[in-house]
Amino acid sequence: MQRCAVSIPSNIAEGSGRNSEKDFLRFLSMAISSSFELETQLLLSLDLYNLEIDNEPDKLHTLQKMIRGFKKNTGDLISNVFCPKVSSLKRMNALATYTLRIADDSLILGHRVSEWCGHGPILEEDIALTNIALDLIGQATSLLEYAAQVEGEGRSSDDLAFLRYEKHYTNTLLTEQPNGDFGKTIVRQWLFDTFRVFFFDALRHSKDKQLAAIAEKSLKETKYHTKHSSEWVIRLGDGTEESHQRAQAAIDALWRFADELFFMNEVDQELIEQGIAVDLAKIRPLWMERIQHVLSESTLRLPENNWTQKGGREGNHSEHLGFLLTEMQYMQRTYPGMEW
Amino acid sequence: MSQQEWPLWEVFIRSKQGLNHKHVGSLRAADAQMAVENARDVYTRRSEGISIWVVKSNEIFASDPTESEELFEPAHSKVYRHPTFYDVPDGISHM
Repeated sequence: MQRCAVSIPSNIAEGSGRNSEKDFLRFLSMAISSSFELETQLLLSLDLYNLEIDNEPDKLHTLQKMIRGFKKNTGDLISNVFCPKVSSLKRMNALATYTLRIADDSLILGHRVSEWCGHGPILEEDIALTNIALDLIGQATSLLEYAAQVEGEGRSSDDLAFLRYEKHYTNTLLTEQPNGDFGKTIVRQWLFDTFRVFFFDALRHSKDKQLAAIAEKSLKETKYHTKHSSEWVIRLGDGTEESHQRAQAAIDALWRFADELFFMNEVDQELIEQGIAVDLAKIRPLWMERIQHVLSESTLRLPENNWTQKGGREGNHSEHLGFLLTEMQYMQRTYPGMEW
Repeated sequence: MSQQEWPLWEVFIRSKQGLNHKHVGSLRAADAQMAVENARDVYTRRSEGISIWVVKSNEIFASDPTESEELFEPAHSKVYRHPTFYDVPDGISHM
């Protein structure tokens, strides 16, 4: 009986963690069958062992009604609340997909850097890092608003930010890596900022006016971010023995994610032809040159291992994103529709 | 065990409308470049200024307050140092 009883919530939980509606409904059916099994075993125990039962069968009936009701509404719930109207990445049009990538990078990295608030190594750096986080979240806001508009499915920027499932985020793996120590945060920032300077510098010539405007505005703050993180990488690398070791460890851990910054697929190709998207292959050598310059000044070196890791752009994330979203989405999911 | 602190810097900011840099506060930074960047983050968040000077606090040589009498009092009673003995013509608003 214990096994049956545990099986009811377990199946509901497992079903909710699945990606498709069909799967969820199937697990809900299994939960209902477990509850029937439990009811039968209760009644048998009454007959066979004189088990004293009270209103347990009534409670089970209520539970079955609840699960059935939930099953009936699940179709609506899943598509409108948990995963509104878009159940697969591929259904978004190219421009929305492209915009969302840029937005997600800013959103996820902005959230990561904001985790430093109140924990900075010194007051001045606490302010610097939170300023950077605010800048990134500001970019995310503009980009998510535009993505929602281009998508045309009635979602708002908040829906996109706080109500998507993990697999629907398209940020690069680099942005979701944990902050680690100050060195790791700074190295991550440096790799990303240096890319963003060249990226926004190119994107402000986009034929899409909105993307061009966002790029123009973001370029200035990105230039500052890059200065901040590059100067720090140089000082940490060419600093004390400890700062050098930590900075080197950070590069060794994060270098494998840098390649994904230049990921392109048919979405990019389609938009490059329209003069909207940036050809990342063209800016890669510029980025590499800047990186090498800072590396040599910092006396740091690239890892010998050339292995790279990607997947974020296609919704296949590292284990870290789930935990990040749990925190980031907590308020909106607990109090749906809440506003400041 | 003593904790090593970064040096202290005094920060001066010139606002858009101003001609002079005003002292706004101090902060700690490892070197001058970092000091300017920190000053930008700490003291110009609300568009307070367009130019930043940073000076190491221990490089500022200040007048001794106990000597302020002999340094500044004599000037008070020297009325001939102030140009107050002629009429300013009409039409000149800032004199």
